[in-house]
Amino acid sequence: MMNAQDITVAYGSREILHGVSFSAKPGQVTAIVGPNGSGKTTLLRALTGDLPYTGQAVLNGIDIATAKPWDLAAMRGVLPQATPLAFPFTVAEVVRLGLQRGLEAQETSLISRALARVDLGEFAGRLYQELSGGEQQRVQLARVLAQVWHPVSEDQPHWLFLDEPVSSLDIGHQLQIMQIARDYADQGGGVIAVMHDLNLTAMFADCVALVADGHILEQDSPNTVFRNDLLSHAYKCNLRVNTPPATGAYLLPHAASMAAE
Amino acid sequence: MTVLTQDAPQILGDRQSNARLLMGALVVMLCITSMASLAVGASGTSLWQSLLDLAMGRDLSLRDRVVLWDIRAPRTFMGILVGAALAMSGAVMQGLFRNPLADPGIVGVSSGAGLGAIMAIVLGGLLPAAITNQIGFYLVPLAAFFGGWASTMLLYRVSTRKGRTSVATMLLAGIALGALTGALSGILVYIADDAQLRDLTFWGMGSLAGATWAKLFAAAPLMFLSMAVAPFLARSLNGLALGEAAASHIGIPVQRMKNIAILTVAGATGAAVAVSGGIGFVGIVVPHLLRLMVGPDHRYLLINSGLLGAALLLMADVVSRTIIAPAELPIGIVTAVLGGPFFLWILLRQRGILDL
Ligand SMILES: Nc1ncnc2c1ncn2[C@@H]1O[C@H](COP(=O)(O)OP(=O)(O)OP(=O)(O)O)[C@@H](O)[C@H]1O
Ligand SMILES: [Mg+2]
Repeated sequence: MMNAQDITVAYGSREILHGVSFSAKPGQVTAIVGPNGSGKTTLLRALTGDLPYTGQAVLNGIDIATAKPWDLAAMRGVLPQATPLAFPFTVAEVVRLGLQRGLEAQETSLISRALARVDLGEFAGRLYQELSGGEQQRVQLARVLAQVWHPVSEDQPHWLFLDEPVSSLDIGHQLQIMQIARDYADQGGGVIAVMHDLNLTAMFADCVALVADGHILEQDSPNTVFRNDLLSHAYKCNLRVNTPPATGAYLLPHAASMAAE
Repeated sequence: MTVLTQDAPQILGDRQSNARLLMGALVVMLCITSMASLAVGASGTSLWQSLLDLAMGRDLSLRDRVVLWDIRAPRTFMGILVGAALAMSGAVMQGLFRNPLADPGIVGVSSGAGLGAIMAIVLGGLLPAAITNQIGFYLVPLAAFFGGWASTMLLYRVSTRKGRTSVATMLLAGIALGALTGALSGILVYIADDAQLRDLTFWGMGSLAGATWAKLFAAAPLMFLSMAVAPFLARSLNGLALGEAAASHIGIPVQRMKNIAILTVAGATGAAVAVSGGIGFVGIVVPHLLRLMVGPDHRYLLINSGLLGAALLLMADVVSRTIIAPAELPIGIVTAVLGGPFFLWILLRQRGILDL
């Protein structure tokens, strides 16, 4: 269980998050959506313990603010929006960086399974720096998966914190990566993902938190949150949600009425 | 290229077993260069003849014993320790600053350590006798350690903002730091009296010549300690390659490991500088060569750097002793002639990546 109460974050004197409360359950994909600069990454970084915040954030019963990095690392992996790499590691070596202590015996098989999972089985020997942006992002996801490979261990759910996991990917790999998140949740793990693509969110998420101007406007199922008025208000443009019973909600930007306004 | 070992199945891109093989090769190389270093010298004493004599149970002449045991042996051990310490501090520092151009010599840490050592010699007399009696001969290496520590801290503060190191700032701050500490050292040398000047020459700021057991024993504990700690930083330095946030996400106590890394660099560099002065470029050439050969995994890079650094410094020392025999070329000149162009080459190769 991820539970955050009254989280406030400020950069210097500028307050970015104004006392938001957020929760996520294991077994679910929880999406955080909202316009650029609304505070999604800031919220995620507070929840992963990267930023000082006021309020309380608790993951699996452990207070994020006081937890040791290795204890957190044992139960959650984090995929940042972008990850620089300082030295010429190979793809296999980057994935190995995520492995926690005590997994040495399974090391090789975990690395190749994680790489195969993100469709990069053939890339193990390539240098990371010589990959395309989308490929690099998938290598980083493989690293995160290798870190918390089992969605549940010793009755504790493990967690994936993903900041825009599919933003730089083609549509095929977007679907593939979202499916990985879906499977992880279906096997009992928890997934918290910052998303921009509302259609993918509607397809794959169980729960969505809509962030605007440092507030969470609403957190509920996509079918509840994705309403014309709420989305149009948050994103400051006209959006129309279609909800055919067969497929669930999908969205179209509504060009005509945008021009009309 | 990839070599299989029986127990650990390998996947492509895993360079661990290559790194282990290289480690073995470097141990052999270090043994050979150590023998060469013991065998070569101006006096004409033959290591082989002496070993043969010893094996046959014959006594060595006093002259041969002095040459081998009191002149060459401490110099060889000093070369091993200093080379290993400089190369390892280079590797740790590059991992800490997340960039391959960080080197204790280039960015002014060595001159900071040198200033510490010179201060200890020239101003050491001003310390209360109680303190100097306690630490005695260790005063100079310890002062060099503090000098190195202060400059590393300062450099890190200046060039790193929010966990990102600016290469340009680091190099420029290093130049300023080097100039400042160099000037202060110059002033101290200027006000030093004759006895202190003799001490300064005794510590031999700038070469391995004049290595003695006494000097070795004064500096060895600090070097050993730092080099023994360094390998424990390997996993953390690997993680730090992903940036500070990601390093903490995979479980690394970033702040603590950074402090330890800075102490390690200061200890190894400080002690090396105290006994040999600023021998440049070892710390940058060695780790870079190793990264090209078997990759940047610090679990092997740090130890291999120590081995290769020791071997290369011994070789440079042999060259410096023989090339204009019977005179001696300062070893710093040899490493600079070889290392300077190498540094420029790295700089040109990395220019695109480093955004310089
Ligand atoms: N390091 C920082 N210092 C000062 N302000 C910052 C910093 N990082 C982010 N901000 C500000 O905080 C606000 C929220 O940023 P955040 O990165 O959380 O946005 P986001 O919702 O993730 O946006 P995006 O969709 O573009 O990723 C923005 O106004 C941004 O300018
Ligand atoms: Mg963001």
